Amino acid sequence: MERFIFLTFDGLSRGAVYAAFALALVLIWRAARVVNFAQGAMAVVTAYAAYMVSDAVGSYLVGFLFALVGGLLLGAVVERGLMRFVGHANPLNDVIVALGLVLLLTAVVGIVFGGEFRAANQPFDTKAIEVGGVPLMSRYDLFIWGTVATIVVLLALLFTRTAVGLRMRAAAFAPEVSRLLGVNVGRMLTLGWALAAVVGAVAGVLILPTELGLHPHAMDIVFASSFAAAIVGGLDSPVGAVVGGIIVGLILSYVSGYLGAALTPVAVLAVLLAVLLLRPGGIFSGVRARTV
Amino acid sequence: MLRIARRGIVVAACLALVAASSACSDEAPSSSGGGTAASVPGVTDTEIVLGTHMPLTGPAAAGYSKIAPATKAYFEYVNANGGVNGRKIKYLIEDDGYNPANTQTLVRKLVLEDKVFAIVNGLGTPTHTGVLDFLKTQKVPDLFVASGSRSWNQPEKYPTTFGFQPDYTVEGKIIADFVKKTYPGQVVCHMGQDDDFGRDSLAGVEQVLGADGVKEKQKYVTSNTNITPQIQAFKAAGCQVVISATIPAFTALSLGTAAKLGGFKPQWVPSSVGADYTTLSGLLGEGKVLLEGLVAPGYLPVSTDAGNPWVQLYQKVNKEYNGDAPFDNNIMFGMTVGYLTVQALLKAGKDLTREGLISAVESGGFKNAAVGPYRYSASDHSGIGGMQMGRVTGGKQAAFGPVLQTDDGAGPVQEYGEAPATPTGNGIPSA
Amino acid sequence: MTTTKVRPARSPISRLITPRQTGPRRGSTLLRHLLWVAVGAVAVYFVSYGIDPFRNYQLATVAAYLCVTAGLTMLTGLNGQLSLGHGALMACGAYTVALAQNELRDRGVLGAWVLPVSLALGVLVAALAGALIGVCAARLRGPYLAGVTLAVALVVPAFTTRFAGLFNADQGLSVYVEPAPAALGPYFPPERWQAWIAVGAAMVSLLIVANLVHSRFGRAFKAVRDDEVAAKLAGIHVARTQVLAFVVSAGCAGLGGGVLAVISQSVSPSVFGLTLSLNLLLAIVLGGLGSLFGAAWGALLLVLLPYLTTEVTRGFELSPGLANKLEGNLPLAIFGLTLIIVMLVAPGGIQDAFRALGRTIRRRF
Repeated sequence: MERFIFLTFDGLSRGAVYAAFALALVLIWRAARVVNFAQGAMAVVTAYAAYMVSDAVGSYLVGFLFALVGGLLLGAVVERGLMRFVGHANPLNDVIVALGLVLLLTAVVGIVFGGEFRAANQPFDTKAIEVGGVPLMSRYDLFIWGTVATIVVLLALLFTRTAVGLRMRAAAFAPEVSRLLGVNVGRMLTLGWALAAVVGAVAGVLILPTELGLHPHAMDIVFASSFAAAIVGGLDSPVGAVVGGIIVGLILSYVSGYLGAALTPVAVLAVLLAVLLLRPGGIFSGVRARTV
Repeated sequence: MLRIARRGIVVAACLALVAASSACSDEAPSSSGGGTAASVPGVTDTEIVLGTHMPLTGPAAAGYSKIAPATKAYFEYVNANGGVNGRKIKYLIEDDGYNPANTQTLVRKLVLEDKVFAIVNGLGTPTHTGVLDFLKTQKVPDLFVASGSRSWNQPEKYPTTFGFQPDYTVEGKIIADFVKKTYPGQVVCHMGQDDDFGRDSLAGVEQVLGADGVKEKQKYVTSNTNITPQIQAFKAAGCQVVISATIPAFTALSLGTAAKLGGFKPQWVPSSVGADYTTLSGLLGEGKVLLEGLVAPGYLPVSTDAGNPWVQLYQKVNKEYNGDAPFDNNIMFGMTVGYLTVQALLKAGKDLTREGLISAVESGGFKNAAVGPYRYSASDHSGIGGMQMGRVTGGKQAAFGPVLQTDDGAGPVQEYGEAPATPTGNGIPSA
Repeated sequence: MTTTKVRPARSPISRLITPRQTGPRRGSTLLRHLLWVAVGAVAVYFVSYGIDPFRNYQLATVAAYLCVTAGLTMLTGLNGQLSLGHGALMACGAYTVALAQNELRDRGVLGAWVLPVSLALGVLVAALAGALIGVCAARLRGPYLAGVTLAVALVVPAFTTRFAGLFNADQGLSVYVEPAPAALGPYFPPERWQAWIAVGAAMVSLLIVANLVHSRFGRAFKAVRDDEVAAKLAGIHVARTQVLAFVVSAGCAGLGGGVLAVISQSVSPSVFGLTLSLNLLLAIVLGGLGSLFGAAWGALLLVLLPYLTTEVTRGFELSPGLANKLEGNLPLAIFGLTLIIVMLVAPGGIQDAFRALGRTIRRRF
């Protein structure tokens, strides 16, 4: 029982991490109807920048804010400078360009910073708080959860309470109609990419201290797990991303704890199939109109 | 139907023409890679071409990417001092990203297209396993494979392949022997990578401690960076000593995770593969205080041992020929491989042949930075057989105690009595 | 009275990836394709004599990839199903071939027929796995299908580690392959023999896919891709069609994986990881989605692009410090940049660019 409680809390902490990154994927899907395979590589770039800055300045907060600004810029640059020019005739072209961007960014990070791991130091005490002798969550885990919750609330407010949010949704779902109604669809797309990159950057900065540290490929595995989380929850739903993150986090922890770490990929596949065969659009998919 | 027939006739006529014109090329004798040619591939009067495959990029490149450049730097140093019997060594490094598919292509490129004389220090068990059969067919010397798998020591099956570092079973036995004597009566556990590394290490440990001498056994995979469930299992089992067959990233992760779990502080004894202090402290950052008291075996002098003549030599070469890269055990490793290669080439004599090089290595008797003996003989292709324990104190790793040697079977762990070798005057082996 | 032909409204994507419409052809499609195969086989025969062993090995690798890309471009380009998990299906074929070859050798069963039988077994196992995935895939669309197939791509190491006794975990198995027949001469390079095997397999794969595409099923594939409801109204069983496409494509992947195992004489899980699956996708899109010629370009690129980027960067003379940083990374950067540029300049892939070029030339003269 003690083991079960421990694994549950471990899964919840990991789930927060996956949820954070899944949110970025959901955001970009809502804004541009693409799955951004370069999200991980972009987050690595901003995370390097953030930790360089916080090491130089000696303040975690400054580095964190720098990651926010860096993400905003990087997202906008990638959309304005690259994604905009991809022929959207074929949805796969986006994927291929994103994969090209992954190779390019990882290689550049490798050239500039080298291929060695660098420590990503944590701002808080990472010792887990114990209850009845069972270590549950560290303060850092709580910090991650707090940040994820804040992001979800902010996004919900943005999309439901502000005119910009409404325009973004409109531009994503019906670009032609929105354009006729006077929405600057191009600008909304840029904004969507920028926002998603900010969330991705925050997720990256949060995740790295719990992983092996800074490395050009630091986000590869996180990307795969978070993609699964986003899909399980439903790509259109930020709440789905959080729920998906928790589910994936818990499953990974239970399977690794009881059956062995090697089997975790099988468990992820099983969860995906179990959920998607019942709800092909994820748990939080809305009612769908037929698309022709 | 007519159209097809007509086209068919045209095509057939064309083909007949081509066939007739090139029929003679069919008769021409085709040359084969390891043939009977008088000239030896990769060897001229002025040059010896060697090749290797290494992960320079990708998730597995951390640390390892420094090995081949270090070897190359040592070769450059030798070249600048006249080379080997007047021949300069050219070292071709191919980046396989630790992906066996790339290794297969790149090693074929090295052998078939670049015509290397030998493959030296190819890194990785899964990557190098995939090219063993090819190298055997081509009769290419496959020297000093950089992995502790026991697969390289199969002289009957792979007569041209030689290992380098102590295999994981030997290491496991040496670690277990140390643990048994130093921490008697303590609860010993084992953390292993879920492949031959972890499996062979555990086999060695259990050889010495007995199957019930290891209380809790856990495995991890590199594709899952959450090892908290494994570490918690150690804590629950009350482990006092954890022997770990982990790569550096997961050694650091183990230590960091254990520290989070309410003061779980067992004595960690990682494999030499995952125990380089410089790498580990880079991984842990502020958490490097956790490394205090870490005990691990090594088969080369520790890179932070500034008084060691080998370290001094390699630091000099590193400064002059390797862009003064951050000096760590990976560079020690790469340079020692370079030194050993030059020793083997010198031993093979002026008239270099692939067969000659293999018998030169098999004749054994090499002495260099390695603390233990090289075991090479006609019936044994495994590498270094001895290790010395090292401990981290005050942010420095230092060796202590005797050099221990053993085999990968049931043989005992014994002390190796011979004094350590020192490099010759200018640091280049002589024939 | 004039009858105006009503063209079905086609989405831009289908315009891009449907093969050139030609008038009704006389004669048998099968015969025409067989003729192409014969021409190709003879051409490769002579080419394989003209090039050195390493080029032959590269040719063999291209052919192994072509087996897979042919099936994948049909699945993704013509049937509209995205798969990021074809690497895992290749692994099914590769491991089956490895186990069959080694088992038969251990039992002393040798002969020219052994290899084709092993490969056929590999195709069968991969097709079965494909059927399983296909049944699930038929319910999923777009990114959800991508997510599931991506998860499929990641399970290979889990299986080989879990059943380490059979698959030998991370280290993998070596694959016994009989040497080239003695009749070919004592100095016959093994790489040429491997090229023949691989090209032979690629021909089979191409022949099957080409015939399928030009048959009733091929038209059903496209109908399902363009509009599922319309296809249903036209009496096409959508799910069944999708599963069929998946099974055939998986079989091709199994063949390609088996051939890869044979030419490299080894199998290990990390060969068939996510990188391979993503590379296959790159190949078919860069080559030209939905076209078999595009699949061929793609297979060629998969082998040549990494080779060329490394060769190009090798030419630079650099200081040791800089060389240590750039080595390995620079080729990757060039590789990534090439992908981006090709996609921006030729969004329809190489084959489409050539077609456009051909049209322009024809219009000029």
